[in-house]
Amino acid sequence: MTTQILIAGFGGQGILFSGKLLAYKALSENKELSWLPSYGPEMRGGTASCSVTISDEPVGSPIIDHPDVLIVMNLPSLDKYESTVKSGGMIFVDSTLIERKVQRTDVKAFYIPSTKIAQDMGAANLANIVLLGKVLKDCPAISRSYIEEALKKVVSAKHPEMYEMNLKAIDAGYSYN
Amino acid sequence: MSEKVLMKGNEAIAEAALRSGCRHYFGYPITPQTELTAYMAKRLPKMEGGVFLQAESEISAINMVYGVAGTGKRVMTSSSSPGISLKQEGISYIAGSDLPAVIVNVQRGGPGLGGIQPSQSDYFQATKGGGHGDYHLIVLAPSSVQEMADLTSLAFDLADKYRCPAMLLADGTMGQMMEPVVLPEPKTGTVEKPWAVTGTQMKREHNIINSLYLSPEVLEKTNFERYKRYETIQEKEVRYESYLMDDADYCIVAFGIAARVAKNAITALRNQGLKVGLIRPITLWPFPSKAIREAADKVKGFVSVELSMGQMIEDVRLAEECRRPVLLCNRAGGMIPNVDMVISSINALKNQVEGGR
Repeated sequence: MTTQILIAGFGGQGILFSGKLLAYKALSENKELSWLPSYGPEMRGGTASCSVTISDEPVGSPIIDHPDVLIVMNLPSLDKYESTVKSGGMIFVDSTLIERKVQRTDVKAFYIPSTKIAQDMGAANLANIVLLGKVLKDCPAISRSYIEEALKKVVSAKHPEMYEMNLKAIDAGYSYN
Repeated sequence: MSEKVLMKGNEAIAEAALRSGCRHYFGYPITPQTELTAYMAKRLPKMEGGVFLQAESEISAINMVYGVAGTGKRVMTSSSSPGISLKQEGISYIAGSDLPAVIVNVQRGGPGLGGIQPSQSDYFQATKGGGHGDYHLIVLAPSSVQEMADLTSLAFDLADKYRCPAMLLADGTMGQMMEPVVLPEPKTGTVEKPWAVTGTQMKREHNIINSLYLSPEVLEKTNFERYKRYETIQEKEVRYESYLMDDADYCIVAFGIAARVAKNAITALRNQGLKVGLIRPITLWPFPSKAIREAADKVKGFVSVELSMGQMIEDVRLAEECRRPVLLCNRAGGMIPNVDMVISSINALKNQVEGGR
């Protein structure tokens, strides 16, 4: 099975970090994967996206034209990528930052006010991780297993306290209904 | 075997270079290859005999490479398209002095300053010269992060073996993407380099590193001798991947990221019942002409998928000797052909071939 995940939002929201976490999770699960960031003059405030492909077989193109799973953290990204999602695919929306609903009826849409939840936790910069927690809960192709191993690899060893905060953020998203 | 790690392509090149015994790196940062320079800056100063130097320009960096190459030490520089253009004079001198060195080009869109998104439009420059004079580079085209590492290692070995510069021709996606990679084991033994300028200790004749030959008779002789070595390289060092070619009616030729897109397209096309295969050059020079010539005996036509206005397609046509139609499927300026485009090109080729009946 191959799952193509596109994560998009503003630069600075941790879009690439979310992708990295999924990539390291796949590596821990001994799966094939590719992680491809958008790069360029799109740092803080600009748009950023990240394509992660996870597969049981060697990954063909790392470029994702039609994602199975779209994770969006701003309106321009939902506007841009909604139509590209595969029929039967999933869209995860940060509903604090995106007020409109998904218009397509042939995909499953999930809403979570991840930015608000993260702010309430006192960790506004972890909205991306809260949102990812929701994905781990509701996307059958991406389970919660190995997320701790992945987090250990992604969070800097210099900041062990960040590991706990990230794990809390995942749990907050995971338990949101 | 060492374990799989997750790395960016640029970092995989740098780590593989260190493991290949490269202790000298000279460069100047440029997107989309800067992670390579940064990795070297971090690691080399801590290694025994390690030298990292950010030169004041690409021209300066390649001439530092020239100098170290003359001493027989393994040496690398890297840049992206506009920076590689600046290095061409030095590359020609290194080739003219018969020195091994590894040059990395993580291509971006051009010409001119162009853009910073991925491209393959330096194909002509890499495979047909770039600098002045009669010379070739061995040109390796990685198509995965694993190959970014493996081909770096190979580039050092081939450069030493044939005393010529080798180029790794990657692109922005290859440099920026992360994939699991098994890094090559560190190498111990070094190749004998009796020609190197290492100090005579008053025990031997001077070795001279030079590309100036004012006598045309002598210069001609060095060129012929060099081309003898190129013939050996063409005989022995051609590398390519043949993917689903056994029963193929149509053949895609693509390298690097384009080959990855092509593989996805082939899966989709085969699901539609069209037998399509891929020849993926791993060495762009020497080009796998024989494989393509032999494929032309069996297939009805070719599609060359490129991130350029159509450069490799000329080598495909030369190789298949104009016996079959060869269509171009391309994007340029930093854009990448997608799977749907490749599928359309194969369908167009099919219509063209069958339309004649």
